[in-house]
Formats: sequence, structure tokens, C-alpha cells
Amino acid sequence: MKRKLTRKIKEGAIETILFLSALSSVFITISIVVVLSYESFGFFKEVPLIEFLTGREWTPLFAEPKFGILPLISGTLLITSIALIVALPLGLTAAVYLSEYAPHRLKEIIKPILELLAAVPTVVYGYFALLFLTPILQKFIPDLSGFNALSPGIIMGIMIIPYVSSVSEDAMRAVPMHIREGSYAMGATKLQTAFKVVIPSAFSGIAAAFIIGISRAIGETMVVAIAAGGMPNLTANPLEPVQTLTAYIVAVSLGDVPHGTIEYKTIFAAGMTLFLMTLVFNIIGFWLRKRIREAY
Amino acid sequence: MEDIKKRIRITKFLDYIFAIVGLLSTLVGLALLFTLMTDLFMDGFPRLGYKFFASFPSRFPDEAGILSAWVGSFLVLLVTASAAIPIGVAAGIYLEEYAGKNWLTNIIEINIANLAGVPSIVYGLLALVVFVYFFKFGESILTGGLALALLILPMVIMATREAIRAIPNSIREASYALGATKWQTVQFHIIPYSTGGILTGIIIGLSRAIGETAPIITVGALTFIAFLPSSPFSSEFPFISFKWLFDPFTVMPIQMFNWVSRPQHEFQLNAAAAGIVLMMMTLLMNGFAIYIRYRFRKKIKW
Repeated sequence: MKRKLTRKIKEGAIETILFLSALSSVFITISIVVVLSYESFGFFKEVPLIEFLTGREWTPLFAEPKFGILPLISGTLLITSIALIVALPLGLTAAVYLSEYAPHRLKEIIKPILELLAAVPTVVYGYFALLFLTPILQKFIPDLSGFNALSPGIIMGIMIIPYVSSVSEDAMRAVPMHIREGSYAMGATKLQTAFKVVIPSAFSGIAAAFIIGISRAIGETMVVAIAAGGMPNLTANPLEPVQTLTAYIVAVSLGDVPHGTIEYKTIFAAGMTLFLMTLVFNIIGFWLRKRIREAY
Repeated sequence: MEDIKKRIRITKFLDYIFAIVGLLSTLVGLALLFTLMTDLFMDGFPRLGYKFFASFPSRFPDEAGILSAWVGSFLVLLVTASAAIPIGVAAGIYLEEYAGKNWLTNIIEINIANLAGVPSIVYGLLALVVFVYFFKFGESILTGGLALALLILPMVIMATREAIRAIPNSIREASYALGATKWQTVQFHIIPYSTGGILTGIIIGLSRAIGETAPIITVGALTFIAFLPSSPFSSEFPFISFKWLFDPFTVMPIQMFNWVSRPQHEFQLNAAAAGIVLMMMTLLMNGFAIYIRYRFRKKIKW
């Protein structure tokens, strides 16, 4: 009888510990939201929200500081767009190739190597963008400045190919075989089947892959911190230096910023903006991925 | 008739062309990886030597080394592993074996998927406020390690869940049929059978942590450190000291970042050398993870 009781207590205690561990992840999210809101709230007490959202200059460290977030957002979006122009076509083509064309053996070799692209530390990609790609691009585009949006954008694009291709490929593989067979029976080639049957059927999964790619690119830090320059710049010209939200946070953190000053609070306002931008894309991506699972 | 034949020829030709284009775009990434490695090796290889690993950073590029950086990386990773592994594995076990299908489980699941997509620098901001200022751990190894633990926790949880999900239900039922409790089933069956998958996920997570720079910069790691953290062993009782946890530190990627950002070419060669070491560490860890997955897959057949 007593043994049964101690066993019951032990089982209950273990279950509680396991449950608390699982709950810790929710606690992390809550802390992120609380910390970012609290510190940004301190920021918005000193800087009106309107100025933050519509101001065209971001110079918080100057003697006469200006707090318009637009240059950082435009820098982030510019580099993200360049990355997507590189990653989407390449990632999608690679996914179609791996899911519809590649022989099984080749796929088994290529996929793990492709995953390695995501394993390389981003600071190494930054080195590569700044000291390898930029000098090469400068030979073709003489106007290109040493720090620019183009080169880190391209490198980031190649970096996120594995994210785009693996999620798209999963979505395409989830399309049932009989749908393809129907298409082949009508005399369609693999190419026609891939583009007219498989891709439309796997559309929400592919869209999810793109969105995950966007979210990765927005949050990427070191490549831009190293190779894009450190000047907030409201421009759509990829040849000029720009600063992204993430690169700004790094730049401020590298200096010695005293706790509680307005400069200290700016990194949280920038972090909050970044968090909200990626959150929107993550939610859309999550919802789209859920839809593929329900479709068949 | 001729018309149709011509059309078939064209579509077949296009199909062939696409197979080549597809292969090429799959290879773009590999080509980049290859170029990157070659470039790093050409620049950095001559710098790699015993002295590079055994020297502190210096104003003189020829004398500078990565001693404080690799020691820092190692210690930070130790903290990360001891925090993220127990919590992550426990959370994974709970979600797969214990959790009922209810709104709370649902929230935890959505939340983990969302955490995996939060930019790494946001974890750095969280750690800055919570660990540096709230718990007053300072800009220390402990703070850095915990920041990275937050970052890889979702990866560890997801790997654990996937490994557990691969275990067929018949195993659990057999265990219950013999009168085992839930925890006994987990302890003697679920954990041993999923060890391979869990280990793979943990190693891949740690390999990401070792290359991660942004959150470590936000919690205030220094870029120039010319001393080592205090020794974990002491001559007096109890012979083990945890003072190193609160020492300032630097890590490999930050050392590399610092050298890349300098204008002098000699420092950039140092950056390349540090890059080679960093790449080798992550590639070895990833290779090891793939090997473990392969070994365990071979050993267990359901």
C-alpha cells in the first residue's frame, strides 16, 4: 500500500517537472513580449509614436537626435527584397528538381550538403560578402560603394535557399502520386506536370516556404552588420550603404551604452519593430503550413 | 500530324532543358559553399599554427591569436548545453507522452513553432534585460550561455518530439501490459530508443549556438580580451570553483567579426583563419550528428 503511494507521488512529481519544462517555452515568449513592450514604452514616453513611424531620419546618437524608424525599415526591406529575388527562383527550381526529377541516390547526397549552407556561421558569410563578393561586383559596377545593400543581399539569398527549397519540397512531396499519374496519363511531360499540376496543388506550402524565407531574411544580422555599412539611409538604391534594424542593434550594442538612457531604449524600439515584422510573417507561414497538412 | 510531332518534340526538349536548369540551381548553393571554403583557406591557412591557438588578441596582427575566443566559446557552450538539454528534452517528452489534446497543449505547440522563427538578436535583447540587469549576472559567460540556450531550446524540443514520435505504439503498449507506469515506460523504453534522434538534434542545435554572434553581442561580450576566465579547479576544498561563470568573455564568431571590421588587410587574414576554425567546428559537429543518426538508424529496426 505504502509502495503504491510513493510510486504515485513520484509519478506525479515527474509529470509536474516535465510539464513545467514545456511551459517554460510559453514563459519565454511572454518575457520577450513584456521586455520589448516595457522598454519600448519607456522610449515612446520620450519620442512620440508619430515621429517614430513617419520621421525620415534616424540619428539617435547625434547631438540633435532624430527618431524616424523609416530608414532602418527601408534598409531591412531593400536587403530582404534582394535576398528574395535570389532565393525564390533558385529555391523553387531546386525544390522542383529534387522532388520531381532527381534520382533518389543524388537526392540523398545533395540534401544534407544543402542543409550545411544553413549551418555555416553567418559571420563567415559576412566576411565573404564584404571581402570576396563586393570586390568582384565592383569590377562590373564601378559605382558600387565598399559597403552596399547588393552584396549582402545576394549572399543572404543563397543562404536562405535551403529554407525555401526544403519546405517547398516537403509540400510538393505531400501531393499524392495519383494526381501526378493522372497528368502523365494525359501525355504531359514532367515539366508540365510539375508546373501545371504539382505546384498549384502544393501552393500553400510553397507560399509558406517563401514567407519563412522572408522572415529569416528580415531577422538576419551579421551579414548586414559586416557588409552593408552602418549608415541609416532612406533609399531604394542597392548600390548605396544602408543599415537594417538588426545591424543598428548590433552597432549600438558594440558601443558602451549606459542602461536606461534613450540610446539604450532605441535598441528595444528597433527590436520591437523587428519582432512584430517577423511575427506577422511567422503567423502567416504557420497558418499556410497547417493548411497543407489538412488538404489531403 | 507533323504539327503534333513538332509540339511533342518541343515539350520534350523543354523538359530536358529544365532538368539541367534544375540541377544547376540546386548546385548554386554548393558552388557558393565551395568558393567560400576555398577563399577562406587561401587567405587564412598560412596563419593557422600553434601560436594562433595559444595567443591572446593583440594590436599586432602577427601576434594575435584566438586563445581567449576558443576557451570562451567552449565555456559558453557548456552553459548552453547544461541549460537547454534537460529543459528541452523534458519539454519534448511531456508534449509527446503526457500532454492531453487540449487548448494548453495547443498553445504550447504554436508557441514553440513561433519561437523557432524569432530572430536571434531578439533573444539577445531578452537576455540583456533579464540576465544582465534583472538577475544581475552581468556581462558574463553565464549570461551568454543562457542567451544561446533560449535560442536553441525550440530546436531541442522539436528534435526530441520527432525522435519520440518515430517509436511505434506497440512498444508503449507492451510496457504498459507488463504493469509499468508511465515514467517507467519513458525511462526504460522511450528515452533509450530515441537517444539517437535526440542527440542529433542537440548537436545540430549546439553547432548553431557556436556560430551565433548577434545575441552574444547584445548581451555585451567584449571584443578584446587578453586573459582567461578563472580556473574551474581550485587548490582548496571543494576543489571546484564556479567563479568562471561570472567572468567577462569573448567567443570565436565575435573575435572574427572584430577582425573583419578592421581596415588592415593583416587583420582580415586573421579573420579568415578564425573563420576556418569556426567552419571546421560547425562542419565537424554536423558531420558527427549525421553519423549518429546513421548509426542509430542501423541499430534499431522496428
